[in-house]
Amino acid sequence: MRQEIISDAILVSSYLKGDETSLEILIKRHKQRIYSFIYSKVYDRDVAEDVFQDTFIKVIKTLKRGKYNEEGKFLPWVMRIAHNLVIDHFRKNNRMPKFDNSGEFSIFSVLCDSSLNAEKAIIKDQVESDVRRLIEELPEDQKEVLVMRMYQDMSFKEISERTGVSINTALGRMRYALINMRKVIEKHNIILTN
Amino acid sequence: MAKLYSQNPKKDKKLNPKDETIRFILNYSKALSVINYKNMEFEALLN
Repeated sequence: MRQEIISDAILVSSYLKGDETSLEILIKRHKQRIYSFIYSKVYDRDVAEDVFQDTFIKVIKTLKRGKYNEEGKFLPWVMRIAHNLVIDHFRKNNRMPKFDNSGEFSIFSVLCDSSLNAEKAIIKDQVESDVRRLIEELPEDQKEVLVMRMYQDMSFKEISERTGVSINTALGRMRYALINMRKVIEKHNIILTN
Repeated sequence: MAKLYSQNPKKDKKLNPKDETIRFILNYSKALSVINYKNMEFEALLN
């Protein structure tokens, strides 16, 4: 019965003097109103529970820091804290699933799909077939070295053994093969980029 | 069959936070102490 008589203001001041039971009385007195208010906004028991807890953590911190100066208006003050935390909750939830691309940093600049899309795959095929046609135009000895090196992944030592020429000759043929291909590409303005 | 209108609609239970939450808050309050030292403020949680 005594609990009903003691005003919020007195309970707050005795809590500030170190009486923890005053806080318990205050919470028990107002918990239903505060919790119902929060639940009426968030419609989720767990979220309401979290917001309720955060509300009182903020209340406790403010009181213990001696920053509370609204004597006699304890409940409206707590309700305002709860209201602000509900707004914070919705702000946070709105922000989380969205990727805001208007800022300086874009998440898509660091995230990319390494697989090629349909257009790039077609371009890649096109480039590869163009390169093969260019190789077909090369003199037979150069073509042989280039195919062994680039497509069969053979070393120049292996190429020299296979073709019966020295390594230096194989290297020279490879070099001329590339020079000749570049010449043809430049001459016909062939674009070989993806 | 006639509908019974005399029956009271179910009243929603009053919404209250879990006892667990209240207990947490009270324990938090007991554990928290704010220390002021030369215009500086420190929070200490002593469990």
